[in-house]
Amino acid sequence: MAPEAVLETVGLGVRYGETRVIEDISLTIPTRRVVAFIGPSGCGKSTLLRCFNRMNDLVPTARVTGRVLFRGRDLYAPGVEPADVRRAIGMVFQKPNPFPKSIFENIAFGLRINGFQDDIGDRVEASLRAAALWDEVSHRLDADALGLSAGQQQRLCIARALAVEPEVLLMDEPASALDPIATGRMEDLIGELRGDYTIVIVTHNMQQAARISDDTAFLYMGELVEYKETQRLFTNPEDERTEAYITGRRG
Amino acid sequence: MRKSEPGSASRVGERLIGALLFSSGALSIVATVGIVVVLLTESLGFFAEVSPVEFLAGTRWSPDLVPRSFGILPLVNGTLLVAGGAALIALPVGLATAIYLSEFASIRTKRTVKPALEILAGIPTVVYGYFAVTLVTPVLRTLFPGVGVFNAASAAIVVGIMILPMVSSLSEDALSAVPGSLREAAYGVGATRFEVATRIVVPAGLPGIAASFILAISRAIAETIVVTLAAGATPGMTLDLLQSVQTMTAYIVQVSLGDAPSGSIEYRTLFAVGLLLFLITLALNLLSQRMTTRFRESFR
Repeated sequence: MAPEAVLETVGLGVRYGETRVIEDISLTIPTRRVVAFIGPSGCGKSTLLRCFNRMNDLVPTARVTGRVLFRGRDLYAPGVEPADVRRAIGMVFQKPNPFPKSIFENIAFGLRINGFQDDIGDRVEASLRAAALWDEVSHRLDADALGLSAGQQQRLCIARALAVEPEVLLMDEPASALDPIATGRMEDLIGELRGDYTIVIVTHNMQQAARISDDTAFLYMGELVEYKETQRLFTNPEDERTEAYITGRRG
Repeated sequence: MRKSEPGSASRVGERLIGALLFSSGALSIVATVGIVVVLLTESLGFFAEVSPVEFLAGTRWSPDLVPRSFGILPLVNGTLLVAGGAALIALPVGLATAIYLSEFASIRTKRTVKPALEILAGIPTVVYGYFAVTLVTPVLRTLFPGVGVFNAASAAIVVGIMILPMVSSLSEDALSAVPGSLREAAYGVGATRFEVATRIVVPAGLPGIAASFILAISRAIAETIVVTLAAGATPGMTLDLLQSVQTMTAYIVQVSLGDAPSGSIEYRTLFAVGLLLFLITLALNLLSQRMTTRFRESFR
């Protein structure tokens, strides 16, 4: 494995109360690649994703064991501020969740709370362009973000995440609430962001994983079953559970 | 057909139940309409003798002493002074409590504190009145020599404490109704808990918070027993909280307890004052209701 690792988990486990959700997961996310997590519902793929930006901290009953390293630094070490982690490792959620504010303010929010010093307007434009939304909203930046279509809202959420210049972008089934056309645009956008960012995407859609990702990890019942280049995983799965899942015999 | 017989029997039963339920509902509507009609007709009698302009714009309230004068502004002044003072205490403290409970407290703390607050809201108001007279007023008189036995501050403080649970409980409902996905979004770009609470959750819950504020102020305006016991019976145009004032409600109590002969002008002032009080609280309650509806719509 040649490329430098951005994220690495070592013996990572998560429990919610008494329920073990993922167990003993060790993997590395190489820099500037698109990595997909696939697996049946409840396999722990979203939980794993949420370990990377300490989103599980918000669940009072969640217990994380093992280590998560970001450029070699343990994200769960004492003294690490979750807010700093989340600034460097952005997230896009399952359902579009724009703030009930204007399009402009949705993106400016992250800049303001992080004490951004330069021209906020420039950065808002750059972020909207990067998220392929600028042409549709440039004339109505003051409009309520909730008036956008679901697909536009989700691209706005991506723009909002990009505005604070994260190194990594975590996406938790970002197209699951979108129609096929909006989903296609979302996938195109991920294609454009590839190479500039490290992207980790959870998806329940295997075709989507095959289309957009460089590497794919298959999780099953809280366990990492198989993780390799996407093309190899789909054409030549080693584990029979992987094969059963991708051929539709299970899941 | 065999089916028709039990069918029609149950239809009769259903109609009976429907009629019973309807009349129960009608009862409260009839009572409300009746009250409004009485308020209006008796007030008409009052306004036949006193012009509405004198009533609404006059600054001297002296319905029993010659020369008589029916300017209600001193009573409105007293009401607003007490309600304003109460709001000054209850709104910030209530909102802070709501933010704490909704955004900072552990689930266990919230489960203990919120029901406790709601029990506080169930204490009979006469107990609060007694509390004002026997505790708050003596303390105020020690702190500020020269304060009378009756003063607006004591009433305002106690009414403020009284409406506090209402503000915190309803505002907490509004904050809790803000979808968790918005909190996640804010955390996701590096916001701290405090930033999430103040910049995202409170603005998003603002219509609901405003509704709770208005409802609480409406309650303070309508509050009767505390102000009667603590604030006294001196109608006046003053903003000094340490003075005795009379509120609209306290005036109504005073005249109701006295022996104003039915049909006299003094007797009719009751209804004119009552009508104005009713209109003010009705307007506030409608406003609060509208804000709540708008709030719900924004998070459908």
